[in-house]
Amino acid sequence: MTDTPANDVAARAEDRSAALVRKRYRAERRFRMYGLAAIMAALGMLTVLLFSIVSSGLPAFTTTQVALNLTFDAGDIDPDGSTDPAKLASGNYRGALLKSLRAEFPGAETRKGRRDAINMISNEVTFVMRDMVLADPSIIGTTQRVWVKSSADIDQLAKGSIDRALPESDRRVNNRQLGWFEKLEREDRVKTTFNTTFFTTADSREPEQAGILGAVVGSALTLLITLLLSFPVGVMSAVYLEEFAPKNRWTDVIEVNINNLAAVPSIVFGLLGLAVFLNFFALPRSAPVVGGMVLALMTLPTIIIASRAALKAVPPSIREAALGMGASRLQTVTHHVLPLAMPGILTGTIIGMAQALGETAPLLMIGMVAFIVDIPQSFTDPATVLPVQVFLWADAPERAFVERTSAAIMVLLTFLIMMNLFAVLLRKKFERRW
Amino acid sequence: MPEENTPEEMEVTVESNEAPGATQAPKAPPTKVNARDVNVYYADNHALKDITIEIPENRVTSFIGPSGCGKSSFLRCINRMNDTIDICRVEGKIEIDSADIYDRSIDVVQLRAKVGMVFQKPNPFPKSIYDNIAYGPRIHGMVAGKTDTDELVEASLKRAGLWEEVKDRLAQPGTSLSGGQQQRLCIARAIAVSPQVILMDEPCSALDPIATARIEELIDELRQNFTIVIVTHSMQQAARVSQKTAFFHLGELVEQGNTELIFTNPVDKRTQDYITGRFG
Ligand SMILES: Nc1ncnc2c1ncn2[C@@H]1O[C@H](COP(=O)(O)OP(=O)(O)O)[C@@H](O)[C@H]1O
Ligand SMILES: [Mg+2]
Repeated sequence: MTDTPANDVAARAEDRSAALVRKRYRAERRFRMYGLAAIMAALGMLTVLLFSIVSSGLPAFTTTQVALNLTFDAGDIDPDGSTDPAKLASGNYRGALLKSLRAEFPGAETRKGRRDAINMISNEVTFVMRDMVLADPSIIGTTQRVWVKSSADIDQLAKGSIDRALPESDRRVNNRQLGWFEKLEREDRVKTTFNTTFFTTADSREPEQAGILGAVVGSALTLLITLLLSFPVGVMSAVYLEEFAPKNRWTDVIEVNINNLAAVPSIVFGLLGLAVFLNFFALPRSAPVVGGMVLALMTLPTIIIASRAALKAVPPSIREAALGMGASRLQTVTHHVLPLAMPGILTGTIIGMAQALGETAPLLMIGMVAFIVDIPQSFTDPATVLPVQVFLWADAPERAFVERTSAAIMVLLTFLIMMNLFAVLLRKKFERRW
Repeated sequence: MPEENTPEEMEVTVESNEAPGATQAPKAPPTKVNARDVNVYYADNHALKDITIEIPENRVTSFIGPSGCGKSSFLRCINRMNDTIDICRVEGKIEIDSADIYDRSIDVVQLRAKVGMVFQKPNPFPKSIYDNIAYGPRIHGMVAGKTDTDELVEASLKRAGLWEEVKDRLAQPGTSLSGGQQQRLCIARAIAVSPQVILMDEPCSALDPIATARIEELIDELRQNFTIVIVTHSMQQAARVSQKTAFFHLGELVEQGNTELIFTNPVDKRTQDYITGRFG
């Protein structure tokens, strides 16, 4: 090849374009790296968060039991020997328990020793004894070896959360109790079991008796109200705005307002609920019905916006097809458009519900922050909800409540993940190609 | 016997009496749709200007013209689909069988059952083939019970020439068919409610030539029972399927008449330019 000027130009152009290609590849690689790095950072933080919650929450799912020899003293429980259930139910079980503890723990005779002994075990033991007697009165007068729940402090000791090497004054378990516990351990009278109490009871001052079920039921009742109110109203509004309302200035104003409503801080809805539902309509405080109404207000914009998007995504050709067949507008919407938009609407609704499930602030305003030991039975019973329960336990100083806080967060996260997973599955299942 | 003469044969006689020598002249069937001075506005856009046309019964009438000239807009006036567009305003008079369809006593739902429509892009409902056909008759209360519906579905699919292809998979979604089959399904769906007029807006523009040929054959068969108005981009198609052609340009109806005359001997310069391919 001769080096004509024309060849030269062509060669240089080729060089330049090769350099451009290389540069483009480099830029693309770099961009992908940035994206990957961002995702890694996000995943890393999520992992740290989950790890810290799970590692501090897991111990709450187990509990410590100790085997005690309980004497069902006839003099305390059934002084007149009547075996009448009504009388048996009101026997002096505390006295019987104290007698048993004195026999079990040397040094429990003094007042201070007695308190130490009592603090070894959960104060539900007297009720356990009563229930045993009511179930089988023939055990009166006998001594039974019974596995009873330890107190929260002993539970922490067994789990290793309380350092036995610390000086006595810095420990929640004193030396006498430690001695008793170590004796029980040597005699193989300590065991760790699954903490069913946590899933079967409501809140309690005693950590070992506190459970999440009250908050779960409260959340369920509250969300049910929220769903019943916000779903129909939200879907109806979306259908009206999207399918029937004339497109004019008024609908624009409404649209802007709905979008604004979605951005209003949730505590404002709480204040509104306090002013309107509690003060004006005098509805009960702390009740799921009010909580549900407040959360419904908060969820409405989410549902309306998601439903409108889902309705918009239904291709106009479907509406034309139906109208062209002589379907009325209502028939077009109910027979064709709404069923096709439903998966999207439901996905939006579930996401709105998940938001409502995690909401705390507005519920604080309407008094759902109270300490409630009973599992709510109806929409007007005082109740609390999962995130508020987390809030309450996080405030408690005991070590045992710290792990229960994390455990409650785990329960809350489980529900949230299940709801979001369901939304994703729903979307996958009904994804449509037109 | 004179009673056995079909109206068409009688018209042929009348026509040849009036215009002796014109052997290719169209028969003159009764007018089905009669539009007088129709104006259509989209907000301030005057999309159609003083359209006056008569659409003959049991014939295929084609609307041709460049994009945006208002063919679809006019077609949509005939079944009042323009009512669904907020900014659209229709003025003038359109009569079907001498009844004004914009009269306040007219129920648009019933009108649309009488004037069916087939769209540019096949748009079957995302339901089964069976339900696609059965939907119209059901909402208009034309069928009672399952056997009744079965029969109507079968008959409609047969008339649309689709029965043999789909009879074993009526429960499958209509969207699973090929494009041409989907369009025939849409035609079957339209004729299931026994309309008198069928409007077709570029029904073949999304189809391959073979599917197009099948639809054209079908249109020719359907003309026995229905009055058909078809908007088309293809002049060959207009020439092949229609008996009457109307040429639209910039919102005006420039020229209308016997298809062959329009294509062989256009009067207006714009029609000439369009059919010789100088614009469009
Ligand atoms: N839905 C609509 N909204 C506003 N303008 C429209 C609408 N449909 C059609 N037009 C206008 O009306 C005119 C005619 O359109 P169209 O009837 O669709 O023409 P064609 O079918 O001949 O291509 C065009 O200028 C178009 O912009
Ligand atoms: Mg068009």
